[in-house]
Amino acid sequence: MTANSATAAHGDGHAHGGGHHYTSLGLDNRKIAIWTFIGSECMLFASLISTYLVYKGRSPAGPYPHEAWTNPATGEVFKPILNIPVTSASTFVLLMSSLAMVLALAAVQNKNLPKHTFGERVLGSSKLWLWMTALLGITFLGFQAYEFTSFVHEGLSIRTNLFGSSFFTLTGFHGAHVTAGVLWLFTLLAIDYKRGLTPADSLLVDICALYWHFVDVVWIAIFTLLYLIK
Amino acid sequence: MADHAHAHDAHAQHEEHPTWSTYWKVALILTIITAVEVSAYYIPAWENSWVYVPSMLIMSAVKFVIVVMYYMHLKYDHKLFRALFTGPLIVATLTLIGLLFLFSKLVLRLGIIS
Repeated sequence: MTANSATAAHGDGHAHGGGHHYTSLGLDNRKIAIWTFIGSECMLFASLISTYLVYKGRSPAGPYPHEAWTNPATGEVFKPILNIPVTSASTFVLLMSSLAMVLALAAVQNKNLPKHTFGERVLGSSKLWLWMTALLGITFLGFQAYEFTSFVHEGLSIRTNLFGSSFFTLTGFHGAHVTAGVLWLFTLLAIDYKRGLTPADSLLVDICALYWHFVDVVWIAIFTLLYLIK
Repeated sequence: MADHAHAHDAHAQHEEHPTWSTYWKVALILTIITAVEVSAYYIPAWENSWVYVPSMLIMSAVKFVIVVMYYMHLKYDHKLFRALFTGPLIVATLTLIGLLFLFSKLVLRLGIIS
């Protein structure tokens, strides 16, 4: 077995050597740390989603997410604020970013395998898939910026009513997580351009991927609970 | 040295990984479920029926589980990671449900009181 094939065989997230620490179960501490962090993030987002759901329907004044509202003082009519087609598109973008992320991880893990066809070279390009993930993440943030801006223009800000404050807080926290994920992806890209990511680095990508997919599953819950259920 | 041997043991137990084609199939399934969810929102007969909320929650849960199992590799990874994730997730879900009961949200939904 050559050095390269040995590295490839172990490029599955269980890194070996390199001075890393393992638990008595033989698991890398960094991977345990990211799963523990993700567990704590579940609590954070559950509290934010709970707050939104508890306050749902309790705003004395609009605008409202799914119903039109007429301001009794001015007679001004506000249409339902949520834009489902735009958010559906951004949800699709985030789902596809998860696909790109998992392909980036697979590309790093299989870096040392021979690539004969064009398709194998495309699938094996970690830079391509890391760029794709980052760009899709930025696109999602663009959709969110558009949504926030249009809401403010239509009369809903974080200070308008209970719906506005709980909605902007929850989706804003999620957007901040996506932003952190994009910055993390750029650090991986910087490493890839500087010295190239190898199967020995697959745990670095795996940890980032776990965070990214978690941000995606949180959005799956938010999309259904906030946008689709009236 | 012992740590290293343990690492190899753990590796040997969790060698199986999804292939590229599995990842594409998962993406297709996620897209189809999302399309069905969004379509349901625009179908009045479905949207106004009692099955709407349960069906949306089930579809969302299925997407959640698929991403966690296949993209986050929890299906193939060590069971300690599964415990680290599902433990807090269960506590978080129970907290959410408890708060909804406390603030009379679920009571009204389930029709326990009117």
